[in-house]
Amino acid sequence: MALAKAPAIESGQLRTATRSRARSQAWTWAAMGGPLVLLLVLFLVYPVGQLLLLSIHNDSGFTLAPYRQLFASSVYIDVLLITLKISLVTTLVCVVTGYPIAYLISVVGKERKATLLFWVLLSFWTSFLVRAFAWIVLLGRNGVINKLLLSLGIISSPASLLYNFGSVLVGMVNALLPLAVLTMLSVMENIDRNLPRAAATLGARPGMAFWKIYFPLSLPGVAAAGIMVFVTAIGFFIVPALLGGRRETMITQLIIDQVQQTLNWGFAGAISVLLLIVVLIVFAAYDRLLGLSTMTGAAAPRSVAPSRLAGPVQRIGDAVLTLLGMISDRIILALPSRRRDRNPDQAGLGLQAFVWTMLIIISAPTLLMIPLSFGTGGLNWPPQGFTLHWYETVLHSPVWTQAFLRSLLVGLGTGALAMLIGTPAAFLLVRSNIPGKAAWLAFILSPIVVPRMIIAVGMFYVFASMGLVGSAFGLILGHTVVAVPYVVMTMMAVLRNYDTRLDHAAQSLGARPFATLRHITFPILGAGMFSSFLFAFATSFDELTIALFATGGLNATLPKQFWDEVTLQVSPVIAAVSTCLFIFMGLLIFVAERLRRRAAAR
Amino acid sequence: MTSSSLRVKGLTKRYGDFVALAPTSLDVAKGEFLTLLGPSGSGKTTLLSLIAGLAHPDEGQILVDDADVTHSPAYDRDIGVVFQNYALFPHMTVEDNIAFPLKMRKVADADARRRTAEALETVRLPHVAKRYPRELSGGQQQRIALARCIVYRPAIILMDEPLGALDKKLRDQMQLEIKRIHRELRTTIIYVTHDQEEAMTMSDRICLMNAGAIEQLGTPEDLYFRPQSVFVADFLGESNLLSATVRQVDAQGLDIVLADQTAPSRAVGNGASFTAGEPIKLMVRPQNLHVADAADGKLTGRLVDVMISGSMTRLYIAPEKADMPQLVAAYPTRASAAPYEIGQRVSLGWNSADAVAIRDGRGH
Repeated sequence: MALAKAPAIESGQLRTATRSRARSQAWTWAAMGGPLVLLLVLFLVYPVGQLLLLSIHNDSGFTLAPYRQLFASSVYIDVLLITLKISLVTTLVCVVTGYPIAYLISVVGKERKATLLFWVLLSFWTSFLVRAFAWIVLLGRNGVINKLLLSLGIISSPASLLYNFGSVLVGMVNALLPLAVLTMLSVMENIDRNLPRAAATLGARPGMAFWKIYFPLSLPGVAAAGIMVFVTAIGFFIVPALLGGRRETMITQLIIDQVQQTLNWGFAGAISVLLLIVVLIVFAAYDRLLGLSTMTGAAAPRSVAPSRLAGPVQRIGDAVLTLLGMISDRIILALPSRRRDRNPDQAGLGLQAFVWTMLIIISAPTLLMIPLSFGTGGLNWPPQGFTLHWYETVLHSPVWTQAFLRSLLVGLGTGALAMLIGTPAAFLLVRSNIPGKAAWLAFILSPIVVPRMIIAVGMFYVFASMGLVGSAFGLILGHTVVAVPYVVMTMMAVLRNYDTRLDHAAQSLGARPFATLRHITFPILGAGMFSSFLFAFATSFDELTIALFATGGLNATLPKQFWDEVTLQVSPVIAAVSTCLFIFMGLLIFVAERLRRRAAAR
Repeated sequence: MTSSSLRVKGLTKRYGDFVALAPTSLDVAKGEFLTLLGPSGSGKTTLLSLIAGLAHPDEGQILVDDADVTHSPAYDRDIGVVFQNYALFPHMTVEDNIAFPLKMRKVADADARRRTAEALETVRLPHVAKRYPRELSGGQQQRIALARCIVYRPAIILMDEPLGALDKKLRDQMQLEIKRIHRELRTTIIYVTHDQEEAMTMSDRICLMNAGAIEQLGTPEDLYFRPQSVFVADFLGESNLLSATVRQVDAQGLDIVLADQTAPSRAVGNGASFTAGEPIKLMVRPQNLHVADAADGKLTGRLVDVMISGSMTRLYIAPEKADMPQLVAAYPTRASAAPYEIGQRVSLGWNSADAVAIRDGRGH
């Protein structure tokens, strides 16, 4: 009996031991991931849920009145269709023109890559507001374009280039092209440069090698860029509001009107539901076709199993690509023969010319505004005289200086908070074997997927009930919600590249876990952590949607103040502010790039 | 079977100020297996890329069967390349990868299918046709890369360290496989490696490269027994290099005197011409250096270490003359051998037919 009992006791002890280990592990997980989950539940799930609930619930209980209103006239459906049209065209143009840019950046040498990337990043980080404002100036009756066309004698009186579909499209493409380029670049950089070269040795001409080998491998990047641009575009309001006319009203503008002018929460909720459904349909379609895992861009093209596409579809695709390859090669052959001894690795002059033209187009508006901000002739081209008056006005205006300090405070707060709760979560997702990783990741990334406007309106409603409207703390919380996914994503990428054997080496040399973190892990991850911080800071510094509702008056952040001014009047003061913002961001990227390079050189 | 000769004339490649390949000339015969051997950065991969058309030379000419292909693009050269990391197309099945060069050449579908199957048969992997490259092991991927290259029967095949990523056992197996395929197809193969053993076992001729130039070109025996420079002697196998001076040259060999000694001894030349009074290095391979009777010995030293590495036992000896490098003597391991003691004084000797005179590196 006693003999038989012993193993039973042992196994019982064993079970208790494993159970207590499991319990302590659960606590660790909760401590690392809990704050982030709590933040998202409180300030994303709850507010958005509230807003959606408001659309079917009023003081008298359940109601469908807002939806009846929504479908009563064709007005709202028309707006939805316009929104879809603008978003779709924007996406197409961004992907088609962004592809060659990303391609060139991925193939050129180190030095030229840094230059090209700088201009893309500068545009990426320049405030949407600044860029949209710059187009107002550029396309205005006395703007550069009209003046140029007049002086060339192409037109006899200034054309109205603003407030139409074209100006909205230009503004949207300018706003979202950098995003498309950066998304595609992340995939293209992972394509083995030897593959097109191998295709060449196997007898493929350049056109064939590109369409049959390179293009299919870059497709996940194209798809990811497409969906990122589309989802961002569909929730945009800055560009259509500033550059569009009545016929270019987009759906998010309706939501703003409902909240700011009529305080009709129920109807705002109903429009949000409509928007959310469209976005979800897009994501579902994307998932069916390509799988959501490709969206992070981090997934190497290898992980895309083409088997997801049905056989016949694949065969048609293959035939189309072969045809494209043949056509390209015919065109290349028909072109006037180039220098025969040119380096096979060098990008064509046509490609380079195209890329630089695009980069000039997306950077020029902001750059052209700089001379105007020093001029005495208002915002008319060409700039006249020289004055610092507009800068003095800005510096002496308490509204602007307050707004700057406020934005700085909120940005730093957001950066710190997002790092504090995002980094442990990234560790958890990369290093632990926590169950349901994919689901957790999808949840953490959801603030990117849900249109910002819906988050903002929901948050406004909840903040109002908590007395957080107008407070810096509330704004930091709100901005952290939208910034934290980026922090988690960059930190995950950084952690994946980190050799964990270094930690094991440190521990074998006697370092306890905390000492290992302090002396080994953090110093090596430093540069990556700093760039995550900058990302969060910049996201907050340029954030308008949440700030639109949650701040006002002396509480305004810089983008909010900018928005209030620019919707009232277009003045040289704004050109001065834009210039300051542009230079501030340029410096920030420069410093970040310096730090990154120094870290890489180590 | 198609097979072509290759001729390279004064081929040069510079990257800025860095000379990746100094003017280089080389003839490869039809059906030959030539290995480009050398340390990393010696220019062997540069030379290979130039021949393949993946890089463009600054000067020089490349001729395939006397046709100038210097300015032809890679896809027009009919030269196959097996890449270091295989460069299999990840989005295509094994079958599609192998059929790719045939499609590019507009081979009819039925014919392409048959030849693809044949190529898979040749590399002994007929069952993986429908799989994707990522589903294969490293060794299998290597074979598929080989199959994709031989399927369109290029006149010349270039291989860039094709076995570099495989473990020792698999590497040995693949060496035999590549040799077999070479015998069967009789294609001209130019093979790049930094592994001297691989080069010795596989090649008809070895082209040893160093610092962007050819150091010596010849059969494995040439390079092993008649190295033209200290670098070659050192790179191919182990060698003991002793400083000496030429006394006199005759038809059979050379009279030499080892540094700091007066007693003359004999050596054989390496094919180069020597003059009396010239400083040389005397190469004696470890297996030719033996422990001798005190009377017979040409050098004396103290035993530093004894190592048994399986079939061979090595003795490490510090010569009594302080400025001479440590010497290695090797002999077949025998259980009955008399034990050596570390620190023991030993005399070393060699057969003068195994002592090869090499021009001192400072000479050229």
